[in-house]
Amino acid sequence: MVSNIIFLLLTLGAGIFFALNIRKIIQKIKLGKSVDRTDQKKLRWKTMAKVAMGQSKMTRKPIAGTFHIFIYLAFVITQIELIEILVDGIFGTHRFFQPSLGGLYVLSISIIEILSVLALIATFVFLARRNLLKIPRFQMPEMKGWPKLDGNIILYMEFVLVMCIFTMNGTDEVLFARGESHLAGEGSLGFAVSSWFGPMVFGGMETSTLHILERVGWWGHIIMVFSFLNYLPFSKHLHILLAFPNTFFSKLTPMGKMTNMESVTKEVKLMLDPAADPFAAPAPEEGAVPQRFGAKDVNDLSWVNILNAYTCTECGRCSEACPANTTGKLLSPRKIMMDVRDRAEELGEGIRKNGADYNDGKSLLGDYITEEELWACTSCNACVQECPVLIDPLEIILDLRRFLVMEESKMPAELATMNTNIENNQAPWQFSPTDRLNWKDEA
Amino acid sequence: MSNIKVPTMAEMMAAGEKPDVLFWVGCAGSFDDRAKKITKAFVKLLNHCNVKFAVLGTEESCTGDPARRAGNEFLFQMQAMMNIQVLDGYEINKIVTACPHCFNTLKNEYPDLGGNYEVVHHTQLLEQLFNDGILKVEGGSFKGKKITFHDPCYLGRGNGEYEAPRMVLEKLDAELVEMKRCKSKGLCCGAGGAQMFKEAEKGNKEINVERTGDALATNPNIIATGCPFCNTMMTDGVKSFNKEEEVEVMDIAEMIANAADL
Repeated sequence: MVSNIIFLLLTLGAGIFFALNIRKIIQKIKLGKSVDRTDQKKLRWKTMAKVAMGQSKMTRKPIAGTFHIFIYLAFVITQIELIEILVDGIFGTHRFFQPSLGGLYVLSISIIEILSVLALIATFVFLARRNLLKIPRFQMPEMKGWPKLDGNIILYMEFVLVMCIFTMNGTDEVLFARGESHLAGEGSLGFAVSSWFGPMVFGGMETSTLHILERVGWWGHIIMVFSFLNYLPFSKHLHILLAFPNTFFSKLTPMGKMTNMESVTKEVKLMLDPAADPFAAPAPEEGAVPQRFGAKDVNDLSWVNILNAYTCTECGRCSEACPANTTGKLLSPRKIMMDVRDRAEELGEGIRKNGADYNDGKSLLGDYITEEELWACTSCNACVQECPVLIDPLEIILDLRRFLVMEESKMPAELATMNTNIENNQAPWQFSPTDRLNWKDEA
Repeated sequence: MSNIKVPTMAEMMAAGEKPDVLFWVGCAGSFDDRAKKITKAFVKLLNHCNVKFAVLGTEESCTGDPARRAGNEFLFQMQAMMNIQVLDGYEINKIVTACPHCFNTLKNEYPDLGGNYEVVHHTQLLEQLFNDGILKVEGGSFKGKKITFHDPCYLGRGNGEYEAPRMVLEKLDAELVEMKRCKSKGLCCGAGGAQMFKEAEKGNKEINVERTGDALATNPNIIATGCPFCNTMMTDGVKSFNKEEEVEVMDIAEMIANAADL
C-alpha cells in the first residue's frame, strides 16, 4: 500500500514538473513573431508522418541512421510496457496484462526485449562515435562542455534503462521457474531475451535476493523513465518530442524561396506609386515602437525559428555539409541553432522573472552570433537539406543579415558596392545598363 | 559580327508579335565575358530550333537576388517590382533563363510581389526540345568523353531539379560520372548568397577549390555546369589545380550547341 502511494506521488510529481517546464518552453517559443503555418494541413500531417514518425531523412547517413532507428523503435515500442508499469504501480498488481493477453503478451515483451538489445548496441555505438572514434562533427568548437556531456548523459541513461528492463524481466524469469513469481504457471515466461539471459545471470542467486533485484529493476525502470522525461526540457534530447510539431510546422515552399517581408512591400509600393501622397499616411501612434527590419534578437525571429532551435539535437549534419564550415570558416549552422535556443532561454527566463519589459542589454546578434559567421553563408541550403527534422538555419542567418544591412548599414564593403551598382546600373557590376545587349553583336 | 538572331521585346511588340518565351539573360549572361559565351550558345540553340523568343535587352534589370541574400530587402523589392512592371507590360507568360539564381527568384519570389510566370531553367527547356524531337544531336567531339556535372544549389536543392541537366547531358553519348557529393548532397561552388561579389570570410580553404577537388577526383575531361557563377568558380578552381589544359569547364548549353555544330 505504501509503495502504491509512493508510486502515485512520484508519477504525479514527475508529470506536473514536466508539464511546468514544457509550459516554460512554450512561452519561450512564443517570444517569436507570429507566422501562419496552418495551411495545407494534409501535406503537413504527411510530412510529419514521413519525416518524424518514418525517420525518412535519418538514413541519409546509413550507419548513424540505422542505429538511430533501433533506439527510436525501442523507445516507441517500450511505451506499451509503460502502460502496464503504470497499472501495476497504481493498483499493486504484477504484470497485469500477462494473464489476459497470454501469447500476445509474450510476443509484445519479446519484441521490446529484442529492440532493447538493438538499442543497447546502438547506445554503445553512439558512445563510441562520440568518445572513441571522435567523429569530426561531434568535436566542433560548439560541442565543448555541456553539449558534449548532455549527449553522453542521455546515452548513459539509456544504458541504465535497458539494464533495468533486463534485471526486471530476467529475475522474474528465474523466480517464475522456481514457482516464486507473483504469476501463476510453471516453466518459463517465454520472453525472447530474458528466458535465457535471466537464468544465465541470476540463476545462482537466492530467491530473496531475486525478489529485491526484481523490484530494483522495476523501480529503476520507472524512475529512469521519469528522470528521462524531466531531463528532456533541459536537454537537446527534447527533439524526441518536438520533432513532431517541428516537422508539422516546417516550410513547405521550395528551399530556394526566401520569405517576403510584407512591411517592406508596403513601403516600396508607396515609393513606386507616383500617385501616393506620403503625408496621407496615418501618423504613427504615440509611443508605438517602429517595426524592426530583420532580426537582432530572438523575439525578432518567428516562433517557428525558435521551435526549430528547441528541436535541434545538435547532431551536426548541417555543419558537416556546410561549405563554409567545411573550409574552415567560422560559420556553423548548428551553432546558430544552439545560440538561438540559449538566447531564448536567457531572455525568456529574464522576462518570466522580471516582466515583459525586461531588457538585459544583450542580443542574439553580437552577444551570441558574430557578423563574420553570417557573412560566411552561401545560402546553398545544404544545412536545410541535411536536417533530419526539417530545421531551417538559413532563414535565421538571412534575417540577421537583413537587420545588419537595413537597420545598421553594416556589410562588407564589396557588398555595399554591389548594392550601389544594382541601384545605379541595374547590375551587381559597374556596367552601363545601356550596354546590356552588347553581347549580341560581339564576335 | 555573329549570325545570331536576338529579337527584343520592344521590336516584337512594334511588329505586333508575341514570343512564346522570354529569354531572361541575367546580369552575368549580359556582362560577364565568360557567361556571354553561354548566352550566345543558348541563343544559337533557340535559333536552331526555331523557338519564338525575345529578350528584354536594355529593359532587363537585375532580379534583385544578390541584394536580397545580402540582406537588402528594399533593393530587392524595388528591383522586383520594376521588373514585374516591365514583364507585365509585355504580357509575358513564360520565361527561360540560364541562371539558376534568376530562375529561383523569378519563379518563387516574384509571385509574392504580384509577378506570376511560368519559369524554366535553360536545361529544362533543352530537355523539352529533345523530348519533342525538335533538337537532335550526336555526341560529336564529346563522344566517349568523361563528363561530371556540378549541381547548382538554386536549381538542385533550391528547386529540386536534378534530372533535366543530366537528361540533356546523356544526349552527348559521353560517360557521365557523378562526384562523391552530388545531387541533393552537392557542395556549393562558393558563389551563392552574394558571395560572388565579395571576398570569402577567413578560413583554411576556398570553397571553389574544395568543390573543384570533388570534380577532379572523378578524372573528367569536362566539368559541366548550369550556372554562370558556378562556371566562374569552377574555372578558377581548375586553374588553382593547374589543370586548365586537361579539364574544361563548360555550360550544358555550350556543349549541346557545340555537338549540334552551331
